Amino acid sequence: MSASSELRIMRGREWSRPVRPARREVLSAVPELEEGRPPLLFVPGFGHGAWAFAEHWLGHVASRGFPAYAVSLRGHGGSEPAPEATLRAYAHDVVQVAASLPRQAVLVGHGAGALVVAHALARYPARGAVLVAPVFGGWGVLGAALRRNPAGTLPAVFGGPLRLNRGQLFSRELPDEEARRYVGRLGRAGRRAQWALLGEPEAEPAVGAPPVLVLGSPDDRVVPASTLTRVARRYGSAPLLFPGMGHDLMLDARWAEPIDAILDWLEKEPVAH
Amino acid sequence: MSTSTDHGRPDPEATSPAANSDGRPVSDRGDTVCVIGAGASGLTAIKNLREHGFGVDCYERETGVGGAWNWRHDRSPVYASTHLISSKPFTQFPDFPMPDSWPDYPHHGQLLSYFERYADHFDLRSHIWFGTEVIRVEPVDGDRWDVTTRSTGGYGPERTARYAAVVIANGHNWSPKLPRYEGLEEFRGEIMHASSYKDPAQLRGKRVLVVGAGNTGCDIAVEAAQQASRCWHSTRRGYWYAPKYVLGRPADQVNDSLLALRVPLRVRQWLYHWTLRLTVGDLTRFGLPKPDHRVYETHPIANSQLVYYVGHGGIGPVPDVARFHPYAVELADGREIDPEVVVFATGYLPRFEFLDASVFADSAGTGRPTLWLNAFTPGHPTLAVAGLLQPDSGLFTLSHWQTVLFARLLQARRDRPERATAFASRVRERAGERYSGPVKDSSRHWFEVGHADYLRAIQRALVELEGK
Repeated sequence: MSASSELRIMRGREWSRPVRPARREVLSAVPELEEGRPPLLFVPGFGHGAWAFAEHWLGHVASRGFPAYAVSLRGHGGSEPAPEATLRAYAHDVVQVAASLPRQAVLVGHGAGALVVAHALARYPARGAVLVAPVFGGWGVLGAALRRNPAGTLPAVFGGPLRLNRGQLFSRELPDEEARRYVGRLGRAGRRAQWALLGEPEAEPAVGAPPVLVLGSPDDRVVPASTLTRVARRYGSAPLLFPGMGHDLMLDARWAEPIDAILDWLEKEPVAH
Repeated sequence: MSTSTDHGRPDPEATSPAANSDGRPVSDRGDTVCVIGAGASGLTAIKNLREHGFGVDCYERETGVGGAWNWRHDRSPVYASTHLISSKPFTQFPDFPMPDSWPDYPHHGQLLSYFERYADHFDLRSHIWFGTEVIRVEPVDGDRWDVTTRSTGGYGPERTARYAAVVIANGHNWSPKLPRYEGLEEFRGEIMHASSYKDPAQLRGKRVLVVGAGNTGCDIAVEAAQQASRCWHSTRRGYWYAPKYVLGRPADQVNDSLLALRVPLRVRQWLYHWTLRLTVGDLTRFGLPKPDHRVYETHPIANSQLVYYVGHGGIGPVPDVARFHPYAVELADGREIDPEVVVFATGYLPRFEFLDASVFADSAGTGRPTLWLNAFTPGHPTLAVAGLLQPDSGLFTLSHWQTVLFARLLQARRDRPERATAFASRVRERAGERYSGPVKDSSRHWFEVGHADYLRAIQRALVELEGK
């Protein structure tokens, strides 16, 4: 993965037009005892905020001895509103938070947040990366979303908000009341970033050759299993599957299984230099 | 990512019984690479070599990281008010951005904390031997290097360790360059080089002459205008004083938006002159000499305040110094002025005191090696110099890519030797190449580079090294 022909050194346009800073919400849970483990930075997908990880995963990660952080991309959760945000601005937010952590971080992206992470990996040598139910865009994803939820998806095509519903995000095991509460908290991504998804924006190769883990659910109604396989193959591996779960693996009823698998992988993978 | 050697103090007693030419014991450090200096370029060398799987021993003569940017270091040239002259996007390492909350042009203290965070974030300190200076670097058989070190200040025994490769990142802004003037010895006032200027209090209430129109000279002249009772600023020629902001944005960002569009040099020069005419105006009206060159032909001077203080009478522009008298300074135009303090902001010269002049084929000892990409020496494929550049923009991006290229070259030596051989022959062919447009030459401007030209050259070198 080190084809230097793809390595970009000159970035005149990025240098001359730096991303405008925006206030960011970062939630965290750190273990009581500092054990020198790499911190995990969670990046929520479009519409979600850092809260989605604060619900279960952050605390669980900290209890297993890893410092855990979650950022709300601009325009999401408690971060500054940013209706004109682009994919590049989102990746900037992630790299800024990653570089502010005390040690080299593992980036964990969910949904379209996985695409943001893939872009951030080209600008920050992460210690590792985990792509959870990655939405890498393209017409296939749009088609699937239109079939499952035409009323919620169609406005997004014209720059309106994308409204995901309970059936797309969660399995039936999750109590109705909880599911409704989560769906009620969903926001929306910037329309330019939403449109960028259609173009299936190809990420530059990652710097520092980090190990990448892809996981998801074969019963995910947003990301087809074929997409999981395709994304995993791009990073030279096979996806780790959790049947019976919805798209929001961090909020669904059996949320502990995927996060435990991620932490087991981190403990086994010789990521620490 | 695994390393071939584990870390530990290179200890002659504990390792293999190899000996160097004098018969002294040498500890063989295997595939480990030696980095000299833990300033900006040294740090990025450690990080990138580690990232490419190499073990690294770095020797730093001081007790902290940051090199020139650490004001506690005795070789640091920074003064209390030093700020960057390139804005953040051009200054930061490309894979470790400076915080959004910092200003466009950070202060030197912020820069030091940036390097400390970089070192901690990538866990670099465990590879650095602080308080250890390198006194000799000698090539040995098989393109390997014997590096002899001792405690800074000359205490303790010398130790020699053998390395697979060496990165020299000892900086070039610590050995002052002082011009010779007739009568300088008889001058009764205070004379200092800018390297010992730390604080405007040194100038307060005095009559000050600042010599030199580099960025440091202009900064000191501005501070003298605010603090001293009188300030003269002597320059050899007229310069273009670029404001730090044009069209409401950092000037280097505006410039690079033109570069990104590949606007030709002549057009950029014309636009620049036109913008300056609209904002700063005609400098000769202030008594400043008319520039004898076009913009982009000398190292850019970014200082918004100099012209402002000239306009307010705080700075008196004067020509070159002709000679010194005991109580006066005679100028090139015959005038005499009577400063109490003379500050020479006349720059620095690179020095490699630990290296035999033959390595750089620099028998005259001018500190002016003939290199390719200002980094690679003909005949020594495992030696690289990092950061020996005077870019028209930030340096750290450039040293980052230099060290990435060197790490990949070392990988190629191991995995695809034929490519490394081809690289070595390119080093021989192209040594001495320049990476800027026409530049007014002086003894220090030989390593002046245009950042865009230079980075494109590095990109090409990487593609040639690894391309299909």
